[in-house]
Amino acid sequence: MTPTPRTTRAYFAAFYALMTTYRAEIFLWALATSLPLIMMGIWVQAGESGAFSGFTSVDAARYFIAVFVVRQLSICWVIYEFEWDVVSGRLSSMLLHPVHPVWRYILMHAGEQGTRLPFSILFIGLSLFIFPEALWGNAGQPGAWLPQWWRVLLALACAYCAFLLRFFIQYTLATMAFWIERVSSLEGLNYLPYLFLSGLIVPIQTLPAGLQEAMLWTPYPYMLWFPAMLIAAPPEALPPAMIVRGLVTIACWLGVFIVISRVLWQRGLKHYSAMGA
Amino acid sequence: MKRYLKTLVLFWSASISAEMEYRANFILATLSSLASMGGALFALWALLRTEYAMAGWSFDQALIVVGIYTMLDGLQQTLLAPNRQQINEFVRNGTLDFVLIKPVDAQFWLSARKVSVWGVPNTLLGMALIVYVASFRLEPAAALTDYPRLVVPLAAGILIYYALGYLLSTLTIWFTKLSNVTHAMHALLEAGRYPVGAYPPAYRVFFTFVVPVAFMTTVPADALLGRAQPAWVLGGLAIAAVLLVAARLFWLFALRFYTSASS
Repeated sequence: MTPTPRTTRAYFAAFYALMTTYRAEIFLWALATSLPLIMMGIWVQAGESGAFSGFTSVDAARYFIAVFVVRQLSICWVIYEFEWDVVSGRLSSMLLHPVHPVWRYILMHAGEQGTRLPFSILFIGLSLFIFPEALWGNAGQPGAWLPQWWRVLLALACAYCAFLLRFFIQYTLATMAFWIERVSSLEGLNYLPYLFLSGLIVPIQTLPAGLQEAMLWTPYPYMLWFPAMLIAAPPEALPPAMIVRGLVTIACWLGVFIVISRVLWQRGLKHYSAMGA
Repeated sequence: MKRYLKTLVLFWSASISAEMEYRANFILATLSSLASMGGALFALWALLRTEYAMAGWSFDQALIVVGIYTMLDGLQQTLLAPNRQQINEFVRNGTLDFVLIKPVDAQFWLSARKVSVWGVPNTLLGMALIVYVASFRLEPAAALTDYPRLVVPLAAGILIYYALGYLLSTLTIWFTKLSNVTHAMHALLEAGRYPVGAYPPAYRVFFTFVVPVAFMTTVPADALLGRAQPAWVLGGLAIAAVLLVAARLFWLFALRFYTSASS
């Protein structure tokens, strides 16, 4: 069953309170996900050399700050939570609730994200302090960072789609926990294409065109690169046709993983024998 | 000392046989090491395929840094990460009491109790990359007598990593739940995929003096390439020594604030 607005609020408030209890851990989590800011250093330096046409140090700073923002909005760890719930048998009591457990997990992430928000803003402030050029441009590339308003809104929506995409891929893997115990080791493998193909380490726009095209068929660039480009890149780098293509691709992949995870969930539930039950 | 060695052997054989229950994980770990290495090569290629000269590091030289990073990551997965995770559990459940009353030093117990074999593929792959690049691709190729130069800076690097991790984990005594220490530490190590010279000046200062990643991967790579300044190697050792002492003192200080779970 889907939750009513009132239960949604109650869940969110409960999870937010739970997560703020362990603020220190959430701070470390924000630190642990600051890889885009590390990569920003590498690519700002590379952009300064002028070896990448159409990717200057200002572009690099803007791109990676945008990647950081999108990443902060789309962090997902449901597989660890779910594995623990299945292995420890905690899932049994959740199945008695009138609300489907998947909502619980999604709202748990929302609560965590709310707690992380101040730390994320702190890190963004810090990177703008280190690279003020991202805001104002520099001598070689004057002009302020002012993306069109609708692109910013669309990027926000896409960041949450990216979250859902990551969530349902992980959730699909997580439902394997009904059959095999340690599914979190699968996440180690699932994380790698995300790390290298999402634009987190390598800005996709700097790659040869053929390679870019191949990557754009996979779900990974839409988890970071696509929303980040909407905010960071000049409009001509991501023309409306590309945006439409991106949105369609996101919708297709999201549909595929929602269906697979639903099927696995229903099969798995029949297979599920809780600890001690 | 002898008692500690004997205890260590017992700890490790016990934890290896416990992990052998999940043998299929070994295939997964090997697969993910291979994929991770492939990704690292791709990332480096993407950066250096143009005429960009990364602070004077050629592609092959930068590969040595990737190799050392992979090897160090494997070693920390094997020796450090499994232990760091348990401190957090102990504090939260109040079972640290049982560790404190054991007849061995608590820090030793908490740092050496577990060993995980899943880091082995990464360690071996890292070593293989270093040897392949240094002996077969680099001009001039590294001789067998060049490899011992790696030992001291690598040891300093892993000790720095251990000490930083222990310092952070000790904070658990106050914060109760800090299971992300491992993730945070790993994120910082990830900066070591690239030589420290590839970063802008502000980052270089940070990765040398605040979180000394430079001493974990760049200095060992420089040592193998035969261009490490003695000052850097000695500096790494000095930082390792200072951090180890700091971790010890901070741990003893933190224990005064430990209040168990129910009292």
